[in-house]
Amino acid sequence: MKGYEINVHHITRVEGHGNVVVNVRDGRIEDLRLEIVEAPRFFEVMLEGRKWDEAASITARICGICAIGHTMASILASEDALGIVPDEETKLLRKLLIDGETIQSHILHLYFLVAPDFFNVGSVIPLAGTHPEVVKRALRLKKLGNEICEILAGRKIHPIGVLPGGFARWPLPEEILRVRKILEDARPDLEATVELFKTLKMPELERKTEYVALKAPGEYAFYTGDIASSLGKVTPPQTYLDRISERVVSHSAAKHVKAQAESYAVGARARLNINHEMLRPWAKGVLKALGLKPPLTNPFHNNTAQLIEVLHCYENAIEMCDELLARKGYVHRMKQPTKYGRGAGASEVPRGVLFHDYTLDADGRITKANCIIPTGQNLANIEADMHTLVGQMAGREPQEIQRGLEMLVRAYDPCISCATHFLEVRFV
Amino acid sequence: MPGRSRLLLQRGQEGEGGALMKPKLGVFSFTSCEGCQLTILNLEDQMLDLLGAVEIVNFREAIDDRRNDYDVAFVEGSITTPEEVEEVQAIRGRAKILVAIGACATIGGINALKNRHDLATTKQKVYGDGARHFPSEPTRRVRDVVPVDYEMHGCPIDKIELVRVTKSLLLGQIPLPSEHALCTECKQRVNVCLYDKGICCIGPIVRSGCGAICPAFGEACVACRGFLSHPNIASMVEILKSKGLSRAEVEDRLTQFNSLTPVDLSPYYLS
Repeated sequence: MKGYEINVHHITRVEGHGNVVVNVRDGRIEDLRLEIVEAPRFFEVMLEGRKWDEAASITARICGICAIGHTMASILASEDALGIVPDEETKLLRKLLIDGETIQSHILHLYFLVAPDFFNVGSVIPLAGTHPEVVKRALRLKKLGNEICEILAGRKIHPIGVLPGGFARWPLPEEILRVRKILEDARPDLEATVELFKTLKMPELERKTEYVALKAPGEYAFYTGDIASSLGKVTPPQTYLDRISERVVSHSAAKHVKAQAESYAVGARARLNINHEMLRPWAKGVLKALGLKPPLTNPFHNNTAQLIEVLHCYENAIEMCDELLARKGYVHRMKQPTKYGRGAGASEVPRGVLFHDYTLDADGRITKANCIIPTGQNLANIEADMHTLVGQMAGREPQEIQRGLEMLVRAYDPCISCATHFLEVRFV
Repeated sequence: MPGRSRLLLQRGQEGEGGALMKPKLGVFSFTSCEGCQLTILNLEDQMLDLLGAVEIVNFREAIDDRRNDYDVAFVEGSITTPEEVEEVQAIRGRAKILVAIGACATIGGINALKNRHDLATTKQKVYGDGARHFPSEPTRRVRDVVPVDYEMHGCPIDKIELVRVTKSLLLGQIPLPSEHALCTECKQRVNVCLYDKGICCIGPIVRSGCGAICPAFGEACVACRGFLSHPNIASMVEILKSKGLSRAEVEDRLTQFNSLTPVDLSPYYLS
């Protein structure tokens, strides 16, 4: 077989800057890299010397897509460091925000970044002419997630007043009712989305790997939980440094991360593989109707897992609204710090588990910070899948292989600008 | 404004077959969280109208096309690597109008916090021996590197302002940014002043335009739109001091988004 080279400079329809480089000679892969060329931003150093109450606002700016997720991991780490235990209502409202962000992010990925591949177009724009009903539905659903966050926290990109100890502004009951109504009204669009994605056939690719996600009693964990792996152990978030290790590789401004196996996957597919029994009924039913049985070992099914999670978050959000509305007479009060120490927090953001870790001095200023980002955790796994795919597609036209690789990278929904902020070098 | 005439988009330019040509838009992203370009995608209600009014020819996050014949470039992010300097210069060379969007691009924003640390030490801390693979320069605003025709402030930019500015540009006008303090918008929104709730806020010295969204949700202004051209720093510092904020705490407020616009606090702390 003759050799070929693939060089995709700045892969499109992903968040951030990444290159795909493949070099095959005489049927052997000589070089295969997912290069992360995003400019490093050094968030952990930027946090040094800042007061604890700035951390959530600063770290939200790591990522415009999962700003609520970063805010959650940040306040969980801060509350651990400050000796704050939030009340139950605060947790319910946080979970509602997470549902909103997850719906928004997954819909953006599925309709705007992934769907064009299946319609054989370069973006969602031509679809506005050929499939206007699909585009209009996509915009309505994306707006749904944004609106939930806007009503509760001012905006979705960099939420306001979501702080350690509680919310700077607690929503009025009529606002929660409005959120509930917006959710209810979206049901037909979600049903149509299920019908659409039923018709899209994911490419085949099978490779065994490790899955890591949070696990919490009685729920499909998003807000927080213990670290669980498909290869065993469940341990608290504070143990994250014992569970995973980072290493610098020269072609990636985001460090690679490993757990027990050589690489592992996080994100919708990993969560579903670990927590599928806790899915809410509609989500569970659709998963079954699609004929899929976890564990989903095909990485392209991360797209499918996102679809299932949209339904789950939709059902969960309505439940959160009802629980909040049932607590009549509740008066929200921010909880104050009881100590300044070290704390770690873990939360599931759209692309997988996210860790924040802060150490505070006696004045409540950050002396050391660490953030471990989902996309960084996925990088080694994406490259391993790329190897398998290139082998599986041997003999096909390089153009076709390139398209397959781009779709594979896209299926992971990488958030590259997010992934380039790491401290704490650990060579393994 | 120098070269202002060249900013005007030629309206009603006829293309082949006599059809009106739409102005072509490119969206570019440098060091940032990409939240401002996401704000463009978040124009759900206006998206189809926008696509009717402009042709998007380059927008890596959303489309495969990468054409260089854009009339207007929206540029997000700070400039922090040698490669980014070259790229933004090339974009400037091609675009008739270059609009810097968002705090990273217009004031340095959160990215400028990096400049408060020694860069070599920072790189060593994050990448160890691998640091040499990742060139990084001190954070700069877009206008520190190339001429900018308009700055759309905010972290992130505001949707309503985005629509308004885009409309103005389509009409061949350059809108003027706000020179009112944030407090004016807080009053318009009938927010209770945060000082009345015991919260310190630097809104009096900050450029408005966001509709005072943070105070409306109970949080103090973080100055993501930058300071007014002539902020009354002396009075602001006096107020913060009278509320018991230490010099370091005052500095926190002034530097979170505005480290590239340093304020010398020493005259106010003589004793």
